[in-house]
Amino acid sequence: MGRVGVVFCLCERLGDSVDKKAEGIQETIEKEVDFNWLATHPGVCTKWGIDFLIKAVREQKLEGVVIACVAPKSVGPTLKKAIVRETNGTVLTRCIGLPVGNPEPSTQSETVETLKRSLDELRNEKSPQRAGPSIERAMVVGGGIAGMTAAIDLGNGGYETILVDRLPSIGGRMLQLSETFPTLDCAQCTLTPKTVETGQHPKIQLRTYCEVEKVEGKAGHFTVTLRRKAAYVDWEKCTGCGLCQEKCPQKTPSVFDRGVGLGKAIYTLSPQAVPNKPVINPETCRYLQEGKCRVCEKVCPVDAIDYEQKETFIREEVGAIVVATGFDLYPLSQIGEYGSGSIPDVVDGLAFERLLSASGPTTGEIRRPSDGRVPKEVVFIQCTASRDPDRYMPYCSRVCCMYTAKHAKLYKHKVPDGRAYVFYMDIRSTGKGYEEFIQQGMEEEGTCYLRGRVSRLFQDGEQIMVWGVDTLTAKRVEIAADMVVLATAIIPSEGAGILAQKLPGVETDVHGFFTEAHWKLYPVDTGTDGIYFAGCDQGAKDIADTVAQGSAAASKVQALFAQYRNETSPEAQGQR
Amino acid sequence: MKIEISEKSVRNEIARTVEWVSGQNLFACYQCGNCTAGCPVSFAMDLGPHQVIRYTLLGLVSEVLASNTPWICASCLQCTSRCPKGLDIARIMEALRTVVLRKKERLDHISIVDLTDDLIDRTPQIAFISGFRKFLS
Amino acid sequence: MDYLYFPGCTLYTKAKNLDVAARECAKIVGFELRELPNWTCCGATFPLAIDNLMALLPPSRILATAMEAGGNLTTLCSVCFNVLRRTSYLLESDLEKREKIFDFIEMEYRDGLRVPHYLEILRDEVGFETVKAKVKRDLKGLRVAPYYGCLLLRPFDEMRFDDKENPTILERFVESIGCEPVDFPYKIECCGSFQSVSAPEVAIECGYAILKSALKNGAEVMVSTCPLCQFNLDTKQREIREEYPEFQGIPVLYFSQLMGLSFDLPMEILDFQRNDVDPLPFLERKGLL
Repeated sequence: MGRVGVVFCLCERLGDSVDKKAEGIQETIEKEVDFNWLATHPGVCTKWGIDFLIKAVREQKLEGVVIACVAPKSVGPTLKKAIVRETNGTVLTRCIGLPVGNPEPSTQSETVETLKRSLDELRNEKSPQRAGPSIERAMVVGGGIAGMTAAIDLGNGGYETILVDRLPSIGGRMLQLSETFPTLDCAQCTLTPKTVETGQHPKIQLRTYCEVEKVEGKAGHFTVTLRRKAAYVDWEKCTGCGLCQEKCPQKTPSVFDRGVGLGKAIYTLSPQAVPNKPVINPETCRYLQEGKCRVCEKVCPVDAIDYEQKETFIREEVGAIVVATGFDLYPLSQIGEYGSGSIPDVVDGLAFERLLSASGPTTGEIRRPSDGRVPKEVVFIQCTASRDPDRYMPYCSRVCCMYTAKHAKLYKHKVPDGRAYVFYMDIRSTGKGYEEFIQQGMEEEGTCYLRGRVSRLFQDGEQIMVWGVDTLTAKRVEIAADMVVLATAIIPSEGAGILAQKLPGVETDVHGFFTEAHWKLYPVDTGTDGIYFAGCDQGAKDIADTVAQGSAAASKVQALFAQYRNETSPEAQGQR
Repeated sequence: MKIEISEKSVRNEIARTVEWVSGQNLFACYQCGNCTAGCPVSFAMDLGPHQVIRYTLLGLVSEVLASNTPWICASCLQCTSRCPKGLDIARIMEALRTVVLRKKERLDHISIVDLTDDLIDRTPQIAFISGFRKFLS
Repeated sequence: MDYLYFPGCTLYTKAKNLDVAARECAKIVGFELRELPNWTCCGATFPLAIDNLMALLPPSRILATAMEAGGNLTTLCSVCFNVLRRTSYLLESDLEKREKIFDFIEMEYRDGLRVPHYLEILRDEVGFETVKAKVKRDLKGLRVAPYYGCLLLRPFDEMRFDDKENPTILERFVESIGCEPVDFPYKIECCGSFQSVSAPEVAIECGYAILKSALKNGAEVMVSTCPLCQFNLDTKQREIREEYPEFQGIPVLYFSQLMGLSFDLPMEILDFQRNDVDPLPFLERKGLL
C-alpha cells in the first residue's frame, strides 16, 4: 500500500480537554507511529467534514486512512461509504474510537496501540479486487418465527433460500406456546399458516435436522457445511403416515413437552409438523440402545426405517446468512432455592404452555405433573433468575411480565374456582396493548399480584411451600401452593456460542447473545457484512419484535444482493 | 404521615456510617424483599430487613434506630446468601447495631441481671459469648 | 494422619458428648486429634462490621498458633468452625488487614494452613467407605434428620463447605453408618442461635419449626453438629413443649454420638445423659441397643 493518513476528529463531545488531549496524543503518535499524513478536524461526521476528508485523500494521494473519533461504530460506516463512493473504492478506511472525558495515560496509550494496529491492518489488506456479484442465494439458520419470516420475505423477493433447523421440523419455540399475548390468539393458528407457507414456498428449501458445521468465505460468497444428523428414517420413502409413532412402545419424558408429557422414541414434534417426517431418538430407542424391538421397522408400510443411517454432510454456496437461533430458558436444575428442578409441580413457563396447549400432553387441561390433580392454588414467580446480577442473569427477560399475566388469565379460564398469585418486582408492559392486558387480568380475573420476590420453595407434603414477601404491606407471605410456575430467564439457545465461533467476525456478549454492529443503528447486523441475525439470539424479545427483526434481516440481505449487482467496486459492497 | 426528603435526608449521616461500617451500597437495594421473605425471624421484626434499608436510605433514622429488627436478627446469613444484588444484609444489620452500641452511653440489649440461674446452667457458653458480643455496648 | 484440634469454650464442658465421642471415633477411622497448645476462645462470632479488627485478633492468634505448630487445624463446633474458616479466608484475601493484625499480635503468618471441619476430614481424607467399614452395630432402618443450620454453610463463598441450598455431606455420613437420612426442608434454616439468650421466644419458634418439619417428614432422631444448635433443638424442647403442648419431642444427637453408637462404643463415651431428650428409651424400643 502507498501513502496512509490519520485524521483525529476533535468534536465537542471530547470535552474541555480537546486541545490538550490532541496535543498529548499527537506528540506520541508523531514519535511512535508510522504514517504519511496527520490532520485534525472538529467534526468529520458533518457534510463539511466529509468534504474535508475527500479533498485530503485526493490531494495527499492517500490509499488508506484511519479516522479516530468518539463514535466509530455509528460514524464509521457513513464515512467509509462516502470515501468509497468518491474514490471509486480505491481507498481503504478504518474508524477507531477515542475515549470521552479526561483520558488517563493508559487509555491514551491504548488509543495509540489501536491506531498502530489499524494501520497495520490497512497495509496488510489486499488492494480492492472485484469480487463479482454475490451468489444470490441465502441461508437462514433457525426455523422459528424469526427465521421463517426472514425466509418467506427472501423467497417472496425471488431469492432461493435454505432454511436450516436442528430439530426435525420448523416452527421453533412458538410451536410450544398455547395462546399469545395480548390478543390471546392461538399460537398454532398463527404459526401453522406460516410453517405451511414456508414448507410449500417454491423458493425455500428446508434443511431440517441439520446443524451448521463450518462457514467459510465472505459476504457474497459463503460456503456453509451442514451436518445432517442421522434420522434413522429414509425421508424419501416416508409418507408421514404416523403408524410408527403410534406403535412405538417406548415412552419417555418429552423434551418438546418440557418433561410434563411423554414422547415416543420415534417422533415428530407435532401432527402438523413441517416436514411431517419422523426421526428416531437414538438415546431412547430400545433397538438402538438395547438391540431389541424394531417395532417401527415392522409396521412401516414403505420400509422407510433405516437403523444403519449415518450422518451426512452437505455443502451450500450462499451470498448471505441470517442467524435466528432463538432462546432457551434458564435451567431449573441450577436454581437451588427453588428446589433445583426436583419438585415435580414446580415447572417453568414453557412447561406451563404445554399444559395449557390444546395439542399438549393434557390436551389443554391444567393438571399437576406429579399426580394429575387440577391445582387450585397456583403461584407464578416472575424474574426467576432474571434481574439477579449476583447469582443468575442481570438483565430483564422482557416477556415474563406479559406471559405470566397471560398464564394467570388462561389458568383462571380453565379452572374458574382456582386462585392465581403472581410474585412480581415491577410490571414491564411496554408493548402496544400490553398494559391494558395486565390491568384486565387484575381487575376481571382477580389475579392476586404480590409485590416481592420469593426466597424459597420446598415440597411440603403434597403441596409446595412458597416463602415470599409482599413489600407493599412489608409482610412475609407464605402460600401452600398446588403448583408453582417459574418465569425463568431467557438465555441464548444451547450451542449459540459454538455457532458464533464458526461465523467469521461474529461476536457474542458476556451472556452469549449475538452482538449487534451498533446498538441502535445496525440492530440486526453482525460485525461481518453478509451475516445478520434476528430474534432472541440477539437478546430477549417478544414475538412482534422478533418478526420485525426477521423482516429487517431479510431486507438487509436483499439490499446486499442488489448492491453487489449494481456497484462496481467490492469496497462499496456491504452496507456498513 | 408525610416525610420530607432532600439531599440531606438521602445522604444522612447514619446511612453513610452504615455504608462505611458494613461495606455495602444501600443504593444497590432494589427492594425485592427477598431478605424479608427468607428471614427465619422476620415474623418477630417490626420492620422487615428490606424496609430497614429503605428507611435508612431515606433518612427515617429514628424509626430505624427504634426498631427491634437489628436486635432480632440472628446473623444466620440467609438474606446475604440469597440477595440477588449481592448485598450482605447481615452486615447492614451489624452496622446498625454498632451505630447504637458505639454511642457514649451504654445501650445494652441483653439484661445480664435478668438471666436466670437455670438458664445460665443449661446454656452453652458460645450462646452467651456471641450474644454479648452482638448486643452489649 | 494427625490434626491439630481446637476444642473451643464449649467442647470440654457443656458439649462433652460431642467432643469425647468424636475423638474416639477419629481413632477408629484412622486419625488423631492433637489439642492445639495455648488456645483461647475464638470470640464465637465472626465480626460483620468491616472496621472491627479487634474481634479478629483471637481467631487470628489461634490460626497463627496452628501455623507455628505445623499441620492442619480442625474443630467440631460450627460456631468455632465458621469463625476460624472465615478468618482464615480473610487473612488469605485481605493482605492489608492481615498485616495489621499480625503486626499487632506479633506473630508470623505462614501460608498453607487448612481448616477442615471434622466432617470434611471424614468425607475428603478418610472417606465414607472407610467409615462404613468400621460400623459394628446395625442401625438399619433408623430414620435420621440431618440438621446443618447456618454456620457450616454460609457465607458460601468463604466457607466452601457444601452446596448452600441443598448440602448432602451429613446425608452421606448418615448413610455410611447404616441409617436412613430423612430429607426435610428446614435442614438449612436457623435454630435461633444466640437469640435464645436475648429473645428466647424467637428462638423457640425457630426450634419448633425445625423439629416439627423433621417429624412431619418421618424422622425418628435428628443429628446436629453444633452445641448451640443442640441447645436450641434439644435442651429447649422443654420450653417448646410448654408453648406447644401437642409437640411430641424427638431425640437430637450429635453426629459423633450416632457415629459412636454405630461403632459400638461404650455408653460412658456416648454420654447420652447429657442430651436433654434421652434417646435410649427410643433406641431400645427400636431394638437398636
